[in-house]
Amino acid sequence: MSASVVALGSLPAAPVLASLAETGRTSTGEEVLFWFIAPVMVLAALGLLFARKTVHAAMSVVLVMVCLAILYVAQEAPFLGVVQVIVYTGAVMMLFLFVLMLVGVDSSDSLVETIAGQRWIGALLGLGLAGVLSGVVLTAADMTPVGLEAANADTNAVGVARIIFGDYVFALEVVGILLITAALGALVLTHRQRLSRRMGQKERADARVSAGSVLTPLPAPGVYARSNAMDVPALGPDGRPLDSSIPRVLRVRGQERAVSEVAAFQGPDAPHLTEADEGTGDPDATGSTPPERSITGEEPIR
Amino acid sequence: MPGLTLVPTQVAVATGADFSNDTWWIVAIKAVGVVVFLLTSVLIAIWFERKVVARMQIRPGPNVHGPFGLLQSLADAMKLLLKEDINVKAADKVLYLLAPMISVFASLLIFAVIPLGPEVSIFGVLTPLQLTDFPVSVLYILAAASFGVYGIVLGGWASGSTYPLLGGVRSTAQVISYELAMGLSLVSVFILAGSMSTSQIVASQDQIWWFLPLLPAFVIYFISMVGEVNRLPFDLPEAEGELVSGFMTEYSSMKFAWFFLAEYINMLNVSAIATTLFFGGWRAPFGLHLINDGMFNEGWWPLLWFLAKLWTFMFLFVWIRGTLLRFRYDQFMKFGWKILIPAALAWIVMVAAVQSVRQFTDIDLQTLLIALGVVAVVGIGLSFLIPEKKAPPATGSEPDEFDAFAGGYPVPPLPGQTLPPSPRRRARMAQETEQRTATAVLTAEADASTTDQPSDGEEEEPRG
Repeated sequence: MSASVVALGSLPAAPVLASLAETGRTSTGEEVLFWFIAPVMVLAALGLLFARKTVHAAMSVVLVMVCLAILYVAQEAPFLGVVQVIVYTGAVMMLFLFVLMLVGVDSSDSLVETIAGQRWIGALLGLGLAGVLSGVVLTAADMTPVGLEAANADTNAVGVARIIFGDYVFALEVVGILLITAALGALVLTHRQRLSRRMGQKERADARVSAGSVLTPLPAPGVYARSNAMDVPALGPDGRPLDSSIPRVLRVRGQERAVSEVAAFQGPDAPHLTEADEGTGDPDATGSTPPERSITGEEPIR
Repeated sequence: MPGLTLVPTQVAVATGADFSNDTWWIVAIKAVGVVVFLLTSVLIAIWFERKVVARMQIRPGPNVHGPFGLLQSLADAMKLLLKEDINVKAADKVLYLLAPMISVFASLLIFAVIPLGPEVSIFGVLTPLQLTDFPVSVLYILAAASFGVYGIVLGGWASGSTYPLLGGVRSTAQVISYELAMGLSLVSVFILAGSMSTSQIVASQDQIWWFLPLLPAFVIYFISMVGEVNRLPFDLPEAEGELVSGFMTEYSSMKFAWFFLAEYINMLNVSAIATTLFFGGWRAPFGLHLINDGMFNEGWWPLLWFLAKLWTFMFLFVWIRGTLLRFRYDQFMKFGWKILIPAALAWIVMVAAVQSVRQFTDIDLQTLLIALGVVAVVGIGLSFLIPEKKAPPATGSEPDEFDAFAGGYPVPPLPGQTLPPSPRRRARMAQETEQRTATAVLTAEADASTTDQPSDGEEEEPRG
């Protein structure tokens, strides 16, 4: 499969295709390509209409665009084909996906029709579009291509550049100004004035330290031979249970379990496990409860 | 404007590769060769990365399987193939399976247009060492790259899980911001080379490699190429410390292996693009082309130079991974939009201006370069005269008194100001205090029943 993938990349450059667009008659290669891609495109376009999930609809559009790009390349317009993928597939549809993901996976559109008679208007416009399209197809069925070789004489990209930056340079500038205006408008509309000074990372850190709150992560719940659940406290260095190692919600609901329920070793030698951790004052304070007897002579004792 | 000509007059457009001798079996050999090259390179790249990172961290790295641990990646690949293939129940089946395939598919496309060498003789047929080339092949590379990101985005979405979704969303934002900078940085190469075809860009670098005159563009490309392949410090879509594995959290076995494969092929791809566009492609380095009538720029020798440059970039990737930390997300976005893209745009304008001066006037290159140097020196000198930006004065800790009609309009309180209670509320509060004193016992009971509500102070604590 992989080999055919890479070989596909060589199709546009193949000299076979260069002659067929010039004569107006499609060769076998182009016909095969068309009849392979056209059904895929039609199915993908129908997928846009009938897909239940918005992301599936968006992916159908992506498929149509990629197929369209391949057809462009086959018709000697490689620049258009490649830019179609970069701009529409790579940027525009990616933005669509971004918004869809932000909106949420399961959100569905509201099906309430807000415009009066929108079905009739839609049907009318659809009929008009169908008429225009069939007209275009009927007139295009019997035409002979002219001047492709002259247009692509200095490669396709140069030919396109000559037309855009030569004949249509004014229109291009106007479109550019229009787009910049739209972008600036979006910026202005979404702009919020900053009311207070921005807090930097250092200031936040300083504030947290000076507030005296806990700087480190709280201790994790205990892991025992018979339980590693979150409702059992860990033991501090002195062997006493740490209340702050149990999530606050469980503590508030009173759903924590005592270490003695899960400890493997229970006997008279481990009385501290059965003792309730009465703590020293603030039950939310971190660190272990001070030991009963001093070891180094420097640490606080109870 | 018919008088305006776009073909550079002074800059000769180099001739590209000539594929007219290719037969179908030559194309087939090259296609298979490219795929085999990519797959084996990936195996070597994994070993290379682990070994180099290990040396940077003063440990031996893989050294058990095969000589120097060379077969380690093969063993890992076998392990991945034989692992249980888990399909997530909440996943969107079709896209979930399709996503890794899209990634690999798109990553395999790019090497088709990379010139690995000049014309060589394969079984008696003279043919360029490149699968194909066309006038817009660099744009084709960008298109294939932007298509490949769909694999990551869809993989993140279709997994039906929180962390992958976050990874997917991050990936879309990353693509939109960093591909812009990447594309813009390549434009100055197009301007100087006068072409967008890879073989012509390599041919145009026979005097000087483009990374020297276009150093800013190369720097921007290098930064965005690291971002493009989701490597540290830009690995926000997978960010182990934050999102488990980001978009590939729910993938296992072969499907995970495909993502893995695509990531490493993409590393090879962007390295090859940097080599081709900025480092002379297959051209011999260090003046070696002067030896023996350019012997080292002909035949199969250039493949060696190409691979050496390619693996230099691969080494840089590993070096960066071993050195830098991950960006914070807001810094990452700010860097892309406020630094990289404006810098790339300004650089394009400068290159275009210089190129048009060369093309439409008679000023020769030396005068132009001297003039540019003077402008640069004067500009740097002037920049010292600009006074440094003063730090904004620290706002007083005491917020101003709230004036409900500041400037003559009813206004809401600013941050730090508190809204004084309305007259009606004040009256009601006075009433309530009266009642409270009357029913003190009842309130005490009510207070007791609300003690299991968490206090605000507890919420501040970070949980480990």
